[in-house]
Amino acid sequence: MVMVSTPATADTQVGLSDVEVLRIRNDFPVLDQEVNGRPLVYLDSGATSQNPRSVLEAEQEFYERRNAAVHRGAHHLAVQATDAFEDARATVAGFVGVAEDELVWTANATAGLNLLAYAFSNASVGAVRGDAARFALGPGDEVLVTEMEHHANLIPWQELCRRTGATLKFIPVDDDGALRLEEAARLVTGRTKVLAFTHASNVLGTINPVSELVGLAREAGALVVLDACQSVPHLPLDFKALDVDFAVFSGHKMLAPTGIGGVYGRRELLNAMPPFLTGGSMITTVTMEKAEYLPAPQRFEAGTQPISQAVALAAAASYLRETGMERIAGWEASLGQRLVTGLSAIDGVRVVGPGAGVERLGLAAFDVAGVHAHDVGQYLDSMGIAVRVGHHCAQPLHRRLGLTATTRASTYLYNTTDEVDLLLEAVAQVRPYFGVAGAGASK
Amino acid sequence: MSTLDAMYQQLILEHAKARSGSDLTPDEATAMPDQAGVGQCHQLNPVCGDEITLRLELEAAGNPPSVKGIRWHGDGCAISMASASILSELSEGASPDELSEMIDHFRELMRSRGRLEPDEEILGDAAALAGVAKYPARVKCAMLAWVAAEDALRQAVATSR
Repeated sequence: MVMVSTPATADTQVGLSDVEVLRIRNDFPVLDQEVNGRPLVYLDSGATSQNPRSVLEAEQEFYERRNAAVHRGAHHLAVQATDAFEDARATVAGFVGVAEDELVWTANATAGLNLLAYAFSNASVGAVRGDAARFALGPGDEVLVTEMEHHANLIPWQELCRRTGATLKFIPVDDDGALRLEEAARLVTGRTKVLAFTHASNVLGTINPVSELVGLAREAGALVVLDACQSVPHLPLDFKALDVDFAVFSGHKMLAPTGIGGVYGRRELLNAMPPFLTGGSMITTVTMEKAEYLPAPQRFEAGTQPISQAVALAAAASYLRETGMERIAGWEASLGQRLVTGLSAIDGVRVVGPGAGVERLGLAAFDVAGVHAHDVGQYLDSMGIAVRVGHHCAQPLHRRLGLTATTRASTYLYNTTDEVDLLLEAVAQVRPYFGVAGAGASK
Repeated sequence: MSTLDAMYQQLILEHAKARSGSDLTPDEATAMPDQAGVGQCHQLNPVCGDEITLRLELEAAGNPPSVKGIRWHGDGCAISMASASILSELSEGASPDELSEMIDHFRELMRSRGRLEPDEEILGDAAALAGVAKYPARVKCAMLAWVAAEDALRQAVATSR
């Protein structure tokens, strides 16, 4: 854990300033509205983020000027559309530090993780050809995940193990939700074929030690799959530097529309891996008996792709790059500290994950003693504050923490310190409203 | 009264804490009763993790039969817990037909998006839950116990014959 030397306050934040954030907010039309008679305070970007005008315009411009099917047809618009589509790939690949042919478009991170799990699955059944054998799993092999995973990085692996006879194991977390690295060192063995873990937890805000885990996997010869859904939008990042084999992310969490995301894979791995979805646009020669496949990324992009969404995602990546990921991360780190410090000071509120002063994303999930998360969220909504309530698609983690549901406030580059303070004021009113204050904080 | 206050009425908050009928033990909740005139149902709201196991028992000697009681074990938000508590009090002594009518009316009310007025003759204290109908995301919370009761009642009636 990296200790933050100075507790971030409005006076000492790194990165953006409230003035800059107010200017940024002007780029996001949806933020300029009232909810229940109060200005909307959107603190649910961990679930889905909002779109700046440049992203919305990029998608509209594509449909108004360049819309056509890509990678087929010789007409003018087809060329325009193909260029836009592949330029978008280059932009987004550059944003995450990889080569163009190492970025496969998918619908979102969930689709990306399923693509990988099914590719492993396809390598494990029937007559496996050549290089694909290295992805084959069977009885005796192990897939290792962590106890803090989003269901999207758990269930596809459960299903893969069920289909292949491999065994699923997990690295446990401690009471603060941090990965138990001594357990990880014990669990990664020669039997481990895949180590799949999240870069940053959508519940705890923890940023996991990627290099330590990659080091363990390398020693054991396991392939590393990184769920970067919560890190790509919020942290400066380079998949090559992280040295992972595969990584997935979602566009809608990084200012882009829904329906677009990406899978990064090292070139030699992608080209050796069997495809998941098959059909048009991913082949070279097809006979009635069999087909030969294009190299990556096309071999994983069967059928008509989400073209305008890819274009919009590139516009989102450009918006983030121009604002500066270091500055965004610095700003959100200060908001995260403000959240954890402020929430922890409220009677009866327990924040899960790293404590104040310890590195975390700009989000905090918390329990309010005596009030169910659903009721907390409803009260906040009446104040115009949007948060997520529930298990955040991480039931095993909540069970480990002794909770069934939490309330999560998650920030992005467009959130101000004032908005965090409005949340804190509102949360402080929750227990009195539901008549459980004064009964003693049953932490 | 704000729409929030209309949903979280004092009566509801009190029921959410007092939780009438919530004395089904975890052991009872995990074992299906093998007994004539008793039905049990487990319901889960996967969105928020609210959960209830509800057991309904018919009076053995009644003709027509009546509900001896509803006991339940659950965990969830104020709305789902209050709703189970109110239902438990309301159902006692009701005939299967009366309880069915109550459940049907309650469902209709919850689905009305606030357009229907509750019939207090039928719903008693459950009329206080009418405010929930204006929050479509919370209707499932309010319905959880009632859906469980509907199924438990069906089982109880089937086995009592």
